[in-house]
Amino acid sequence: MTITINREFKLEDLMLDNSKNKDVVYDTKNLNLWYGEDQALKNINLKIYENEVTAIIGPSGCGKSTYLKTLNRMNELIPSVKTSGEIVYRGRNIFDKSYKAEELRTQVGMVFQKPNPFPKSIYENIVYGPKIHGIKDKKILDEIVEKSLRGAALWDEVKDRLKENAYGLSGGQQQRLCIARCLAIEPDVILMDEPTSALDPISTLKIEELMQSLKKDFTIIIVTHNMQQAARISDRTAFFLSGEVIEYNSTDKIFSTPENKKTEDYISGRFG
Amino acid sequence: MRILNNEQITNGIGRRLLTNKFTKVILFIATLFSLVVLAVLMYRIMNQGLPKLNLDFLTKFASRRPANAGISGALVGSIWLMIVVVPFSMVIGVGTAIYLEEYAKKNWFTSFIQVNIQNLAGVPSIVFGLLGLTIFVRAMDLDRSILAAGLTMSLLVMPVIVVSAQEALKAVPRQLGEASYGLGATKWQTIKNIILPAAIPGILTGSILAISRAIGETAPLIVVGALAFVNFYPSSIMDSFTVIPIQIYNWTTRPQIEFQEVAAAGIIVLLVFLIIMNSIAIIIRNKFNKRY
Repeated sequence: MTITINREFKLEDLMLDNSKNKDVVYDTKNLNLWYGEDQALKNINLKIYENEVTAIIGPSGCGKSTYLKTLNRMNELIPSVKTSGEIVYRGRNIFDKSYKAEELRTQVGMVFQKPNPFPKSIYENIVYGPKIHGIKDKKILDEIVEKSLRGAALWDEVKDRLKENAYGLSGGQQQRLCIARCLAIEPDVILMDEPTSALDPISTLKIEELMQSLKKDFTIIIVTHNMQQAARISDRTAFFLSGEVIEYNSTDKIFSTPENKKTEDYISGRFG
Repeated sequence: MRILNNEQITNGIGRRLLTNKFTKVILFIATLFSLVVLAVLMYRIMNQGLPKLNLDFLTKFASRRPANAGISGALVGSIWLMIVVVPFSMVIGVGTAIYLEEYAKKNWFTSFIQVNIQNLAGVPSIVFGLLGLTIFVRAMDLDRSILAAGLTMSLLVMPVIVVSAQEALKAVPRQLGEASYGLGATKWQTIKNIILPAAIPGILTGSILAISRAIGETAPLIVVGALAFVNFYPSSIMDSFTVIPIQIYNWTTRPQIEFQEVAAAGIIVLLVFLIIMNSIAIIIRNKFNKRY
């Protein structure tokens, strides 16, 4: 509830387009993507700004998840994917031969639709990322665990049972654990693929509040099919339809005075 | 206007329930059939073999006189054989499965290999025996050793291990792998830390079945030259040997009626050996069995 009230107070500043003073994290230029013969993304041009929450909305199959998964090159796990164009992340094209996907993914963390903790203890889940990057010092790992769990607002709930299996947590806690696991590699960007679609309203609210606190330190890009959620939490919204960006603007603009008729139809629930 | 006729439906229920009951009885009889056969078999073997089964039988070597015949040489031979077969078939089999499932590109060549592996699982064991004779015994000059036999048996059981391990790897939820890749893990880190541990129960289940087959298999070992009469313990994998099923086969071909009892006792030992092997595997499997 508090979020909505805050939003009204801040509405004035947000209406101003402050993109000029902000650093661009991702600059997508003429991105096309095919699954085999089917073109899933068509000529996408999009700039993602630092320390903002950028929401991507659109009906099922519009390419929003595909776009998100391209940002950390997770799409490469599907053999038939082909891309053209550029995504420049902090000045470097992520499709460059010399840019290793593993390197990119330590900068760009991801939270998935369904909570997917490893079948390990809470502690082991958090230290998994740091460990695969070669950190062995127990003291440092302990510190990372506490910091990450605090960052994901989960520390107080689980600090006494770090050695227990992560599957003992509730769905909402599991999802925050996944966020904590992602924070443990201290990323720059966090990608969230419908992170609350499998959760109850209270857990959803907690994650939304969490995102507001996380955006101070991270850039967040979230795919959601819940338009109210996009309106509540994001600074900027992109509307995708049939693999194209129909409209991209500050969230308030998109939800109050959309420029495109299709956007208006979608957010007013006339289709999708 | 209702389309369905209620009365007709009600009248039909009785008949459908009857069919249900009838099916249940048929299925029960099918189950009973194998149970009865097993029970008769067990009864006969126990009846014949138990009186012969004692410490002497377990510690003595084979003999021409049934009263002196023991299984120790074959028992130790079987254990030796497993020492070669278990690590060899599992390392190569699981390795192949991981490569095909996780690394290999899906194209006509890999599907060709895939089909061939599945076909290998259906090749008669005697053919593997001839292969072993040609390659391991003759070409590689391993002679009639435990190693040659063990490698032959490994080839025999490997296809089953590969296929079942692939199924187990496939059954690991994709989200777990994605979570690991998403944190910047390499393929091997993901396989080693996430996918393989989650697949181990399934891999072991398939391997248990495959290796059980190797314990009871006779034909390929006759071809690669397991001895029928052994009165020494093998001291290395290069020694000649015999195994329990060959010993049993040998006893059953003897004319003396007492040897039939000795054979029955041997069968009991073989069954216990199998049960022990399977139990160990099940214990390991349960240790790793975590839900996800």
